[in-house]
Amino acid sequence: MATPSITVAETPLVLYALRRADDALILGHRLSEWCGHAPMMEEDMALANIGLDLIGQARELYSYAAKAEGKANDEDSFAYLRDVRQYRNLLLVEQPNGDFARTIVRQFFYSAFVDAYWRAMMSSTDAMLAAIAAKSEKESAYHLRHSAEWVIRLGDGTNESHRRAQMAVDDLWAFTGELFYADDADAALLADGTAIDPESIRAGWTSMVTDVLATATLAQPKSDWMQKGGRVGSHSEHLGHLLSELQSLQRSFPGATW
Amino acid sequence: MVSIAGNDLRVRAWEAAAQVVDPEIPVLTIADLGVLRDVTVGDDGHVEIAITPTYSGCPAMNMIALEIELALVREGIDGATIKTILSPAWTTDWMTDDGRRKLRDYGVAPPQAGGSRRALFGVEIVACPQCGSSETRVLSEFGSTSCKALWRCNACREPFDYFKCH
Repeated sequence: MATPSITVAETPLVLYALRRADDALILGHRLSEWCGHAPMMEEDMALANIGLDLIGQARELYSYAAKAEGKANDEDSFAYLRDVRQYRNLLLVEQPNGDFARTIVRQFFYSAFVDAYWRAMMSSTDAMLAAIAAKSEKESAYHLRHSAEWVIRLGDGTNESHRRAQMAVDDLWAFTGELFYADDADAALLADGTAIDPESIRAGWTSMVTDVLATATLAQPKSDWMQKGGRVGSHSEHLGHLLSELQSLQRSFPGATW
Repeated sequence: MVSIAGNDLRVRAWEAAAQVVDPEIPVLTIADLGVLRDVTVGDDGHVEIAITPTYSGCPAMNMIALEIELALVREGIDGATIKTILSPAWTTDWMTDDGRRKLRDYGVAPPQAGGSRRALFGVEIVACPQCGSSETRVLSEFGSTSCKALWRCNACREPFDYFKCH
């Protein structure tokens, strides 16, 4: 019999940590799907390494959320025993890998945001969140450098790589607005300095994305219509499929270890 | 006030833990790497060892914690607690000079002082650990473990690992 989902007491602090943790876990899992399939061995290793960093960050944030919640949940139950509607990640990170260009563009949009976000969070009034941020920003700096260099190489590469990179930029653009999402649950945490307002990152993100896309000879989409929903559990159809793979073992064999 | 016996125990525990090597880079001890942060002895003689991960997802941490426990048991110190601390975040600046030398002798280019991961398209010059030439180039920012990048020497044509600045 399958293990039922846990219930989570989503206080603002728990929710804040879960939103960041879910981003890292889901994107890390997406990258792990490339293992053995990347276009060259160096990139196979690079994507797996970035995935590993992200899953490490997710573990720290889940452990923090578990402590903040103070119930029986732990990092494993958050990852393995929540259903799709309980996940709080950005729609961007759950989008399928597609081709290499799409994976790289998705990574670049996320890394350009989160690298600046972690650096801002280093001054959180919450010591543990500040420590996690200080650890993570060292890693995200490399993720950003890697993905930005690839966006330029693909955009300013062959006609085919340019075409694919441009298609990825156009298709993923509508998911970038959610990077700056905050809601009422964040208000008190923003007021006391625990949380960082993602809006404060927008100008830096926009300027970096504009620069890199221009260098890559890629057109920045004009549309400002943005899709959202992930932060409150309304996901695209893709997340359920991802979770069914990620969770199947723990759902089928509760508590299995090896 | 730490008793003389407590202090002696602390030194023995530190020395035992400091012998543990990184499973991925077995020429370096966790003391060389700066992963071993602190050893404390409570009034009741309970030993606590603090370690810090190099990278968030470093899969060697569980093994390092287990190896420390075993090293302490071999030294006759039972029931120690091993805790992971995140702050201050680990940096390659903590690697000892001895550690850097051992790394180079092992064939891994040690982290550059003053190298910046922030330089988006920064030019780094890393000397080849085999022949010493600085005519080298990066093949991939991500190498065989989280902490390394893959480089190649244009002079001797050998690929090599570079321990990234962090």
